[in-house]
Amino acid sequence: MKIKNILITFVSALALLFSTSVVSFAKVVGDKIILGAAISLTGKYSSNGVHTQNGYNMAVDRINSMGGVKVGGKTYKFDIIYYDDESNPKRAAQLAERLISQDKVEFMLGPYSSGLTKAIAPVTEKYGVPMVEANGASRSLFTKGYKYLFAVLAPANLYLDVAIRTAVELNGGKGVRIAQAFEQDAFSQDVRLGILDAAKETGSQIIIDDKLPKELNDMAATLVKVKQMKPDVLVVSGHTKGALTAIRQISEMKVDVPMLAMTHCDAAKLSKQHGKNSQYALCASQWHKTLTYKDDFFKDGMTYAADFEKEFGYDPPYQSAESSAALLVFKDAFERANTFDQKKVRDALAATNMQTFYGNIKFAPGGQNVDKPMVLFQVMCDAGGKCENKVVAPLKWASAELIHPIPKWSER
Amino acid sequence: MDFLVFQYPMITIQACLDGLLLGILFALIAYGMALQWGVMNIINIAQGDLVILGGYIAYFMYLYGIHPAWGVIVSPIIMYFVGIAIYKLVINKVVDRDLFISILATFGISILFMQLMNFAFGADVVLANSGYGTTMLFDNNVVLPNSKIFSAFISIVFAICLVVYMKRSKLGRAIRATAQNARAAKILGVNTEKVYAATFGINAALCGVAGALISITFTIHPYMGLPYTIRSFMIVIVAGLGNLPGVAMSGMGLGIFEEFADYILGTEFRIGSVFLLLVLILVYRRFKLSRKREYLK
Repeated sequence: MKIKNILITFVSALALLFSTSVVSFAKVVGDKIILGAAISLTGKYSSNGVHTQNGYNMAVDRINSMGGVKVGGKTYKFDIIYYDDESNPKRAAQLAERLISQDKVEFMLGPYSSGLTKAIAPVTEKYGVPMVEANGASRSLFTKGYKYLFAVLAPANLYLDVAIRTAVELNGGKGVRIAQAFEQDAFSQDVRLGILDAAKETGSQIIIDDKLPKELNDMAATLVKVKQMKPDVLVVSGHTKGALTAIRQISEMKVDVPMLAMTHCDAAKLSKQHGKNSQYALCASQWHKTLTYKDDFFKDGMTYAADFEKEFGYDPPYQSAESSAALLVFKDAFERANTFDQKKVRDALAATNMQTFYGNIKFAPGGQNVDKPMVLFQVMCDAGGKCENKVVAPLKWASAELIHPIPKWSER
Repeated sequence: MDFLVFQYPMITIQACLDGLLLGILFALIAYGMALQWGVMNIINIAQGDLVILGGYIAYFMYLYGIHPAWGVIVSPIIMYFVGIAIYKLVINKVVDRDLFISILATFGISILFMQLMNFAFGADVVLANSGYGTTMLFDNNVVLPNSKIFSAFISIVFAICLVVYMKRSKLGRAIRATAQNARAAKILGVNTEKVYAATFGINAALCGVAGALISITFTIHPYMGLPYTIRSFMIVIVAGLGNLPGVAMSGMGLGIFEEFADYILGTEFRIGSVFLLLVLILVYRRFKLSRKREYLK
């Protein structure tokens, strides 16, 4: 009996200890501002999840080492609690609940991908927790009237809008004939809607409109149609598998098309995996290191890329850059709000108007960033077969001239 | 609905050839499944994951500067031992149980493999470039990537080798004997335990070959195994166990069916149409069986 009593006391003491330590995890402990993030460290999004985490960590270290965040005359440092959401939306929503109700986190960073952000947003909204996210671009995130969601990236419907407009411009302002193939997921379908809008506005015609499955690894049927119908532009969006499959089959089937525009080329390491076959592909990107935006922490894109490479050993994809930018936005908002009151921080976030190395950031009422255009780069290879992504549009940042139309396979 | 495929004869030919080449590759995977299903009465849900693992072997050879086509030789050798290991660790404990237990066990193996591959190789979609170029037919109107032709050719070579091996070798005869009647084979001195292990190993080796070919022709990804499992299951269901020409025919048929479904219904329904066909065939078989039963009554 005695042993049982001792055991019970011991267990309850332990429970008490844990419960207090959980409470002490709250938003600000001593000189630390604790942010929460559920990130895909395993599962199908794990590579981009890691890019996201590296971006967050890089910015946390940089901001902390450069003086931290000044609120109410005191200096604070950032810290992040990470959980692995296993690339699973349900798990992500559970973890958001856990971060907020158990760990008492009062500010959140976004996960990777539109799908997971969609799962988390209702939770953060319910608890009134401001979330700055950097990897959910789906338009549907910004039409639900969320008040506590802020995205530093441009919405998905703008991804390939530039490509269509450029094609029309090169066609002397006349509409073009578009062939498109999109994966059936929230993101790619939003990219598609953007193309439909652009086509309507420019008087362009969509002659092939295919949908691609999730387990996509063969799009020969679409390409055969493209060969027969000879459109002016071919647009493909299906994450990394879409980009890789498209280039593989276009080069194998020798499909000639004057303009080829895609998403996720840099995540797919297109120029590395396909070398010269990927040449001339146009890719939508949120960011490129050669852009000339500046800030006090990372200076500019080139410096960011060099520092990132030094720390993590690879060239930063845009997923990392936008994740770093999310922390710059939080720091700025905390300092302007000058308090940790969630409502006031939320209002400060809504009033954000700043430039970071990643781009200008200014949020529309829906939460999307409206001050940063997408860029388009083109894969260009030298005679030795070394390929590089060069920005070709918008013209303001172009580091190379767009090669149009793409030379025929028989002439390469 | 889009009937473009019937309007241009060139597209019809293209679809048929694409489907045929693809179907031969499917048939190879399905043959492995039919073999172990017939011999051990096990439906291997992890079939597709073994294929993908085989693909990764070829991919890693490619990364280290070896031409991925050599994967066709290396991958089955490694996969054979992987198969034996899986047999010794898991399958030999479920081989005599009912089908449901073995499905559960292989389903577990499938999940484990997916996660392990994701952990070890990352979640990126990868491929191995063979640099084989393209064959143009009919005035450049029909294009066949040589990698697809290569895949089909290698699949046929392996299938023929296997058939000859099954007919001629001692182990082959033992495998066939076990498939016909395991108990009788045992009584007559066949070491069925060894036969089972070898069967599972051969199946994994076939998956290894197919995987290497898929890494050359398509893309691989840790979570892409299931469609291959379903396809081979489907092919075996149609062909019946132990019916090799049937497996080859139904493999090619499925390839062409998929290709046409792709053109007519759209790429998004490609895998869906395979599932639908599977359901229809199962229903039809049941219907036929029940009629037979009534007749017997």
